[in-house]
Amino acid sequence: MQCPKCHAAMHTYNRNGVQIEQCSGCRGIFLDYGELESLTRLESQWTQAPPPPSAPQAYPSAPAPAWGAPQHHGGHHGGHHRQKSFGRMLFSS
Amino acid sequence: MTASVVRALADAARDAAHLPGPRAACRACGRDEAVLADRADGAVVRHGEAVAKAHAPGTDPNGHRARIAVAAHPRLAGILLPPLPLRVRDVCGRPVTAWPYGVPVDAADPDAAPWEDAAVLLARLHRVEPAALPGPIPPMRGPAKAARALARMRAAAADHPAAATVERAWERLPAWARDEAESPRRSALCHGDLHLGQLVRHPAPAGPWLLIDVDDLGLGDPAWDLARPAAWYAAGLLPPEIWQRFLGAYSAADGPAVRAGADPWPQLDVPARALTVQTAALALAKSAAEHRDPDDVEQAVIDACARIACLPPELEFEPPS
Repeated sequence: MQCPKCHAAMHTYNRNGVQIEQCSGCRGIFLDYGELESLTRLESQWTQAPPPPSAPQAYPSAPAPAWGAPQHHGGHHGGHHRQKSFGRMLFSS
Repeated sequence: MTASVVRALADAARDAAHLPGPRAACRACGRDEAVLADRADGAVVRHGEAVAKAHAPGTDPNGHRARIAVAAHPRLAGILLPPLPLRVRDVCGRPVTAWPYGVPVDAADPDAAPWEDAAVLLARLHRVEPAALPGPIPPMRGPAKAARALARMRAAAADHPAAATVERAWERLPAWARDEAESPRRSALCHGDLHLGQLVRHPAPAGPWLLIDVDDLGLGDPAWDLARPAAWYAAGLLPPEIWQRFLGAYSAADGPAVRAGADPWPQLDVPARALTVQTAALALAKSAAEHRDPDDVEQAVIDACARIACLPPELEFEPPS
């Protein structure tokens, strides 16, 4: 598919299950019928997500990037050596 | 650090400590100077109430002057530790500055670290209007530090099997995050190198927390200042509750790097990936220099690079240059 604006090739990407075409030239984005509504729906689901419970002990799972560690072990676990090593990392450039 | 630099810094620190004028006898006089830091990029010697710092050789003098002027500006009071007046300007060709002594975060007790204070200080720093400050303010040096970490890895550990993984994660970053193009976002005053060693209580021992070290300060994307804790969290090293406390305090203080109440990762993703790569590159350089394998914590950051390296292609948010 060619970009209607600059005629460069369009590449398909998947964002949250929605197929999106992006122009390799001008970076313009083409949405198929219904895709904008799908994105809007996803966005409203995000903003309507219930607020985190106020109880301090219940931390909701924080959003993390796609490349985040599968499980959070935390710096507290894994023994003295791990804590010491992470402690050094916390204080260095 | 050579003995002559130590001696010159000790003299500078003593001058700065004594400048306030005649007072009760200085308790630091007659004792050995206390070397607080001794690295190629910054040496710090304390004398009583003052410390003197020799900045990195090759420091850009104009950028350095502008950064010190920002730290001294009244608009930064309560955010950045202000410098002390000093007669000496350089030691062995390195710029020298003097600062009040402040109490650092206890490295032996990172659980007690002032995460919320750090977040609020960053939010306040990022909200300072750069136009109100003496300038021209140079760019924030975060991407330059990341690029320098990669250079260190290439020099010290190019043959390590994990170096290729770190390189692949690095290649996926946009050019600005690799210090190869101007940052698309240069609106905010940023610290540029936030970690727990960049906070002190002043006046010692119980004054409020302040940010120190303006060597990397400048205009840039404020998300960079959140990116090191974000990278630690994403690598599974920083417990989620600490990350939430830090980010929550930043948002509550109207920090402009992320949108309050929304997913912060669209803004954090690129800087956090850059800090992950930077940390992994330095870990490989250090472990190679010490003739050992990366430890568990260093490996966790290298593993994060491996996950970054195999991400599917994503939308590009920057127009091609």
